[in-house]
Amino acid sequence: MTTEAEAALAHAFRAEWGQVVATLIGATGDWDLAEECAQEAFAIAAQHWPRDGVPRRPGAWLTTVARRRAIDRQRRDDIGAAKLREAAVAWRGSEQEPVDDSGVPDDLLRLMFTCCHPALSLEARVALTLRTVAGLTTAEIARALLVSEQTMAKRLTRAKRKIRHAGIPYRVPPAQLLRQRVPAVLVVLYLLFNEGYSATAGADLVRQNLTSEAICLARVLVRLMPDEPEATGLLALMLLQDARRAARLDSAGDLVTLDKQDRSRWDHDAIGEGVQLLDGVLTLGQPGPYLLQAAIAACHATAAEAAHTDWHEVAALYGELARHAPSPVVELNRAVAVAMADGAEAGLALVDTLEQSGALTDYHLLQATRADLLRRLGHTDRAAAAYRQALSLVSAEPERRYLESRLVEISGN
Amino acid sequence: MKYMLLICGDETAAEHADDGCGGWDEEMLRRGVLQGGGGLRPPDEARTVRVRDKEVLLSDGPFAETKEQIGGYCLIECTDMDEAVQIARKHPAAGYGTIEIRPLSVP
Repeated sequence: MTTEAEAALAHAFRAEWGQVVATLIGATGDWDLAEECAQEAFAIAAQHWPRDGVPRRPGAWLTTVARRRAIDRQRRDDIGAAKLREAAVAWRGSEQEPVDDSGVPDDLLRLMFTCCHPALSLEARVALTLRTVAGLTTAEIARALLVSEQTMAKRLTRAKRKIRHAGIPYRVPPAQLLRQRVPAVLVVLYLLFNEGYSATAGADLVRQNLTSEAICLARVLVRLMPDEPEATGLLALMLLQDARRAARLDSAGDLVTLDKQDRSRWDHDAIGEGVQLLDGVLTLGQPGPYLLQAAIAACHATAAEAAHTDWHEVAALYGELARHAPSPVVELNRAVAVAMADGAEAGLALVDTLEQSGALTDYHLLQATRADLLRRLGHTDRAAAAYRQALSLVSAEPERRYLESRLVEISGN
Repeated sequence: MKYMLLICGDETAAEHADDGCGGWDEEMLRRGVLQGGGGLRPPDEARTVRVRDKEVLLSDGPFAETKEQIGGYCLIECTDMDEAVQIARKHPAAGYGTIEIRPLSVP
């Protein structure tokens, strides 16, 4: 029975933390109080649930307990009659809000938009989302994002202070602002995902788990905003990318490129879900950058073998992405796809143009791509020079080993 | 919430000094948003004062020698940062200079 309660509690933490905190902030306007009371509610649940059984609606149970704690503490802190009256009004207001059975009133969405408000720096948005919406501790966030706990604590305090003092509203943006504000939320989730995705197998587990935190948050967002194609696109993109995780590194921890990955090790359930999500929204008109990237990931994920990849489609999608959100990195990826679709020469021409523009001089993948294309065209010496240049720019260890092995390979020929 | 809009620009912004606000101030006064403000004379007409160890230190020019200088200010009152951004972006100076939105500290 105890383990059942523990499992229920762990599940409730993942599923309900953000909701409990969001409701409490909505009612009290006090972020720290909301977090502390949510924490206490989970601690009380840890005592009660093994003894009394798991409540029928854990989320409602936790919210009620947390609310009572908040009221008690506000009274105990003797915050003055005026403030108490103000709080009482807020409580009454929140009681009248319809709480439907889906358990997703607007509070959680409000919290996500506030944590991701563009008036906050990107790093503050990321930290705040992990703390307040996902419920990670300050220490965990610090570990996950590779900064000291002290730095992270300061960052969180400053962010909350800015919300309070700069008048950053606690609400879902009104219709006329919504479209321009959604990307500020999506960029935070994708950054989280990439932090986790780039963490190597030896990295801290908390860091690796950032991908599942990001996917979990994206699921919440899609549930709350089913009519926002880019949110769905981002969720699909993450699922399709994460599906390849197990095949991305070999047993020695070395990078395995897409064409050499063991596709039977891909998570085909995740791929199925990603593709299904995409199919549901791709017809809704002009796709945005996340949907396009997800469509590209789907081209790879659904090819039974690397040789079956529809490179013409991939190149066309990158072209569309470049028109939508022009960036040298997108252009580089397009060059790779064009090289696969129309031959190495065509790809190299695009890479050379890009190099001449001077946009990616410090980016090892530009030289690595050039090296690979030159190698395929039989220009061994120029390829070796490009590999050396790429090696002088690379920082991640698995990528360095990969480039070194390619250099040895062609130098041996 | 009260915010100060600090209107900044480099020396080329000076040519807009007599432009007026293109109806922005009338609209904001009517909406009850604008509480005060005005344009400033160029920074080379400024005088800076500091007192250190009871000694008065005076210098010519603005306190910070930066490319961007404050050319004007508006005190506004509105509901939140989102509305402040909407108000600031309508100001004609946003088209050639920079507008810094600073929340006033509340005691």
